[in-house]
Parts: sequence; C-alpha cells; structure tokens
Amino acid sequence: MKVKVLYFASIREKLGRDTEELDLPAGVATVAALRNHLRARGGNYENAFSEKALLRSAINQDMAQPAAAIKPGDEVAFFPPVTGG
Amino acid sequence: MKIAVQAGDFDAGLEIRNISKDSKIGAVASFVGLVRDVPMTLEHYPGMTERAIAKIVDEAKARWQVMDCTVIHRYGALTPNDQIVLVAVASGHRGDAFAACEFIMDYLKTQAPFWKKEQTAEGARWVEAKAVDDKAAERWK
Repeated sequence: MKVKVLYFASIREKLGRDTEELDLPAGVATVAALRNHLRARGGNYENAFSEKALLRSAINQDMAQPAAAIKPGDEVAFFPPVTGG
Repeated sequence: MKIAVQAGDFDAGLEIRNISKDSKIGAVASFVGLVRDVPMTLEHYPGMTERAIAKIVDEAKARWQVMDCTVIHRYGALTPNDQIVLVAVASGHRGDAFAACEFIMDYLKTQAPFWKKEQTAEGARWVEAKAVDDKAAERWK
C-alpha cells in the first residue's frame, strides 16, 4: 500500500529529507511495523529509527501509538518528543 | 476562539482585549512564554499543529467554562526575550480561567508538534523533551 511519510526535527536531519512516498510491502500495516521497515533500510535510517531512539508518531495529523493501524493513502509522521511552548 | 501558528510577533495586550469584550466575562487568565538565554529556531508540523491545539482547547472547554480563548504560537528564528507563545482564556470567574489556561499550556508542551533547536556557543542542538513536562500534563488526567 502507498503511504506518505513525513519526518521532522532531528529525524529529518538524520535522513536528509522531510518526506517520501512509500509503497509498503504486505505485513507492514502498523506504525511499529513501519518503524521496523524503515530501520531495516540501514544507513541513516538504521540510526534514525534505532530501537533506543525516542520517537513519536502521527497518522493523518493525529498522535498515534505504535500499534495504530496504517491504511492506504495515510500520512504517517515520525518525530522526536515535542518541545514547544 | 483564535488559534494562530505564525512566524511574526504578537501583541498580548491587544489579544487579551479582543477576548474581553463580552460583559459576561469576568476573568481573563493569560500566559506568555519567552525565549530565555539562547537563540533558537522552532520547527513545527503545519496542519497538525493547528489541529493539535484545537483539540487541546476543545478538551479545556469540556472541563471548564471557557467563554473565549486565544492561543498563538510562533515558529522560525527567535532570539532571547522574544515571545514564543500566548495562551489567554476568558471565563466568568477566575478559577476556570486560571485552570483552563494552565491546562492548555501543559498539554501544548507535550501534544503540539513543535521542536526547539538552540543555537549555543558549542553549536546547534535539539532541545530534549523534559520528564517534568510529561508530569505536568499527567496531573490533569
């Protein structure tokens, strides 16, 4: 399924990009699975999505837990814990 | 209700006057966050930011009497003493105004997608989220 993935702050810098369109293989259907899928790309992705990296995610601009399901066409974002205010 | 995510500065006094016009309003509580010692750049997630703030304001309206409310958060390059954020809540009485204002600010800290990058003498560094901010938001649960 095709999804749009967005990266912010330190994740964006580590990857050197802020967005990409991905065609996910069958079985990658949750935020956690997508994170593992991205880590498996190696290189900068392995670093940005390492097991110990403290990450937050959103689906279609709502905060989403790791177990949240991803649907075709979704906008999925990964970012570090927020520090506004 | 007004929610604005903007690069430019704001006039807190003007914003407070703008939500104080209904004669049933007896209290306006406001908070202004400022840049401390270090210049910084604030990044955000356009679209989600406004949406996240709107959800926080809706939650405050469900809990307290909120007759009007303005939340302004800046992004981009900011220097020491610059204003970063304004939360102003108008209510019939001070109790609801104080509580809703503090609640919105505490939730904004942990839920709104903003990230600060400080330009220190040693170089630029992303500010790390603080456990104390999570605790501040937790206490409203």
